[in-house]
Amino acid sequence: MKRSNFLHLTALAPPVEAPPLLGDLSPYEGEWGMLEITHLLRRTLFGATLEDIRYFQERTLEETLDELLSPSAIVPPIPVNNYNDRQFIDPDVPFGETWIHAPFSDDAEPGRIWSLKGWWMHNMMTQDRSIHEKMILFWFNHIPIQFYEVFFARWDYLYIEMLRKQALGDVKSIVKAITLSPAMLHFLSGQYNHKDAPDENYGRELQELYCIGKGPNSQYTERDVQAAAKILTGWRTNYENDEHYFDEEAHDTSNKAFSAFYNNRIIMGREGAAGAEELDELLDMIFDNDECALFICRKLYRFFVYQGIDDWTEENIIAPLAETLRTSNYEIVPVLRQLFGSQHFFDFLRQGTIIKSPLDFIVSLCREFNAPIPPAEMLQDRYDFYGNLVYMSYIFDQDLGDPPNVAGWQAYHQIPNFDKSWITTNTLPNRASFVDWILWVGISTPNFLSQLNILGTVAKIAEALDPNELIDFMLKWQYPIEVDKTFHEQLREILLSGQTQDYYWTTAWYEYLAQPDDEMKRATVLNRLLPFFYTIFHQEEHQLS
Amino acid sequence: MKRRNFIKYAAAGTVMPHFIPFSGMGKVASASWVNLLQNAMIETDRVLVLVRLDGGNDGLNTVVPLDQYDKLYQARPHVILPERSLIKLDGQDKVALHPAMKGMRRLYEEGKVNIIQSVGYPNQDFSHFRSSDIWMSGADHDEVVNTGWAGRYLENEFPNFPVDFPNAQMPDPLSLEMGPRLSLTFQGNGVNMGMSVFDPSQFYRMVEGVQTPAPDTPAGDLLEHIRLIKRQSNLYGQRLVEAYLASRNLVAYPDKNNLAEQLAIVARLIHGGLKTRIYLVSISGFDTHDQQVEETDHRYGEHAELLYKVSTAIESFMDDLKMMGLEERVIGMTFSEFGRRITSNRSLGTDHGAAAPCFLFGKPVVGGVTGENPLIPNNARYQDNIEMQYDFRSLYATLLKDWFCLENSDLQKVMLDEYATLPVIATSGCVATSTREQNQKAGRNIISVFPNPTRDWVQFDVETEGFTLLQIFDSAGRLVATPMSSKFNKGQEQIRYDMRHLPNGMYHVRLQSGKTQQTRQIVKQS
Repeated sequence: MKRSNFLHLTALAPPVEAPPLLGDLSPYEGEWGMLEITHLLRRTLFGATLEDIRYFQERTLEETLDELLSPSAIVPPIPVNNYNDRQFIDPDVPFGETWIHAPFSDDAEPGRIWSLKGWWMHNMMTQDRSIHEKMILFWFNHIPIQFYEVFFARWDYLYIEMLRKQALGDVKSIVKAITLSPAMLHFLSGQYNHKDAPDENYGRELQELYCIGKGPNSQYTERDVQAAAKILTGWRTNYENDEHYFDEEAHDTSNKAFSAFYNNRIIMGREGAAGAEELDELLDMIFDNDECALFICRKLYRFFVYQGIDDWTEENIIAPLAETLRTSNYEIVPVLRQLFGSQHFFDFLRQGTIIKSPLDFIVSLCREFNAPIPPAEMLQDRYDFYGNLVYMSYIFDQDLGDPPNVAGWQAYHQIPNFDKSWITTNTLPNRASFVDWILWVGISTPNFLSQLNILGTVAKIAEALDPNELIDFMLKWQYPIEVDKTFHEQLREILLSGQTQDYYWTTAWYEYLAQPDDEMKRATVLNRLLPFFYTIFHQEEHQLS
Repeated sequence: MKRRNFIKYAAAGTVMPHFIPFSGMGKVASASWVNLLQNAMIETDRVLVLVRLDGGNDGLNTVVPLDQYDKLYQARPHVILPERSLIKLDGQDKVALHPAMKGMRRLYEEGKVNIIQSVGYPNQDFSHFRSSDIWMSGADHDEVVNTGWAGRYLENEFPNFPVDFPNAQMPDPLSLEMGPRLSLTFQGNGVNMGMSVFDPSQFYRMVEGVQTPAPDTPAGDLLEHIRLIKRQSNLYGQRLVEAYLASRNLVAYPDKNNLAEQLAIVARLIHGGLKTRIYLVSISGFDTHDQQVEETDHRYGEHAELLYKVSTAIESFMDDLKMMGLEERVIGMTFSEFGRRITSNRSLGTDHGAAAPCFLFGKPVVGGVTGENPLIPNNARYQDNIEMQYDFRSLYATLLKDWFCLENSDLQKVMLDEYATLPVIATSGCVATSTREQNQKAGRNIISVFPNPTRDWVQFDVETEGFTLLQIFDSAGRLVATPMSSKFNKGQEQIRYDMRHLPNGMYHVRLQSGKTQQTRQIVKQS
């Protein structure tokens, strides 16, 4: 459905039921311009930078998807000690050196975890034109650990790196790698799961939260939880090399009988090293169940499109996506391609349908407006800068690496509020404060100041000479839905300082472009652009993606 | 390895009220308007209302120098007002008003208006933008100042803002602007000290609790949620509504007059107990390059309509304040980024000019005319302009010193230089009130500095949260030292710092803690 159709309909006819009008998964063949590109980039990357929009304007939707769905070419740096200070010095790791090989240290782990969070923020802030970073966050939210709960920064790091390696692969392999990762073995007690008294923790979440869910047709039973727990007995972490191994002494060798939901399947118990094979059989059984692909596609849909899944969506979007997932042997990319290339994704009624997560809000603002990052040689400043962003995300209720529980952040699963829960009387003023801070003052670190580069960003926009075109451009770029006409007028009044003639702005902007180093010419345009962007960023529409 | 019960690097942070246009959930002890009405009874705080005439008001057709009339007639034949139409002022044989300003004459005759002649600044800049910025910041013509004069004053008055604002001492926005622009006027070092309401109709919607309708779409549903939360977290907005509803206008204001509408709201807010110090209202359209007057009758036209609006709006406002018993508490001032050219355009208008008169109004004002008539040259040329008699910063300094009772040492800090004051405010002695003391303490002090001034060592007591950074800047804004930078702590810290290696002078120390910032001045002397 197009915007114009919608307006037309509401004006002329009583509201028509929305679902039949919605585009389905047929390939999108409509307009491919700034609005569509921005929509796609907002969802698949952290913000839509002008460079990326222009880059993809030169390409077709097909080519764009090829690129977005390819793995990132970036090899992230290794996190290093950035936390030594007058209160704490890591006994094993000098400042600037990596801690990922250092032995566990009760005292040093908090600093290392802090470093890891800043490192993750760096990866998001410096992402390329690939969905890779968003997918890492997707998987992390889908099957999370809590950095502080694991309390061993190396394993936390390995967990993220495992997700990076698997993020665009097949779901079964991802789940298997997660199951055996040292962080997860400790986070959900697998490490202590012993035949004498099997620990259900992971066996339960594997089904309830990660693979089957609690949908209407999810009929797994307590017996299934117990049977899975028995299969999972014996997996351990080798502390020498962080690899997993199978401790056959701890493994339950009995036959495991599953409920009717799994076709009364019996997984035969195996003695000795062969016991390890039961895990593959368990995963095959789970993934063979229809609910599994449906559940994962619902999670994808809620993360990337919209939380509202009604019967129409279930039938026309989720079910076909799940079918694609199954036929592609659980490879995720074909599903993403089908979704992001569909009429449904580009339907006007699926634009602006997500409230930006804290990370999306922070990182996209910084990326779109080119907040400078302290250079690598200013290591302390660089990490302090990221630390400030991590802290902001934390006070907006998204503590990077430490979601509230084993189910991830509420916004992605909690009925009925979903992403509305990001916006509270606490977090909304916090988001506003952050905007003001980084827009008007900038984030200071000891030797660096990072402020949104308003002038540099606007200077890339040819339309900036005409105040009306500049406003139109900004509204199109910054908001996923149309705003009230009077808002356009308010913005114009700001740019023109209340004058009526457009050329007063044009002249000022032109003079600035001619002499960008002239302090006064700079201040003259900046004194209008700061309140201009302040107003844009504080508008409710700016919270939407 | 056992699970650790590690206390994270920071507990839930306290929330900084967001300065414009909504605030965080601070602690507002006396938020009910009943309390505030009681407070209003004993409230003695003074209020300043700034009236901005946007576009550059033609001063020579507003306050006409009668003794220059012939020369004016020659220089601006396309816009000159008929001599006999001009409004004479009691006791003034050389100064007359535009015929549309009868209301202003009445106020003048009641001794409530002082006309200050030829206000401007040296080396007039003719750009609207730049000249507005100069008027709002108080900068010299060749200097860039990124803060506003009123913002600096409010920062001096409320040094803890915005940490833990609103609060019982100051539950209200420090300043309020009607208009969308977030003027430079109220910009402080870092935070803006103002709140802005787009326009009267937005204000009424807020009063009525009407939310801007969102489309009936999934995105619209999210939008509605965000708008609801925004309203719930907008403590300042709630205070405005309470104050507004606790009062009513006691006179009728003229219709179809946007300035009158703004001033009517301001009167109700003041009467309703709002403690806001400074209001800024605007009327635009003064950029009269053409069609300033009607060709057939110069008494009429765009400029006449604007001045009529200004005059009747201010007259009603003053009458309303009198009925409300607030006359002694409020002073207003008109200003415009420049006057207009002496010579006129054939298109019946005038181009950008230089100095122009300002009206200071209010019962506490000393009535009269300050200064001499501008001198119009014989055979005025296009490039000729009105010479400045009074620096606009002298007016600000006068208001700050004689109306807000700011002491000299603070006055100089706020105005960035020394300016003579004018004897235009009839206060019976100005003593810093007890409210000053309260205001200094309002909110939460997250950084104290002592001794100050200092000769050598200085001690900072700071509150830390999340990332904390303490930096010292010299008077030119250059970073000279970073006495503290830390990551994990939440709590109190004491930092001692040796300033002996720094030259004498004024420094700013800025604390960035979590998401809040606070700035203090330190003086280093020998």
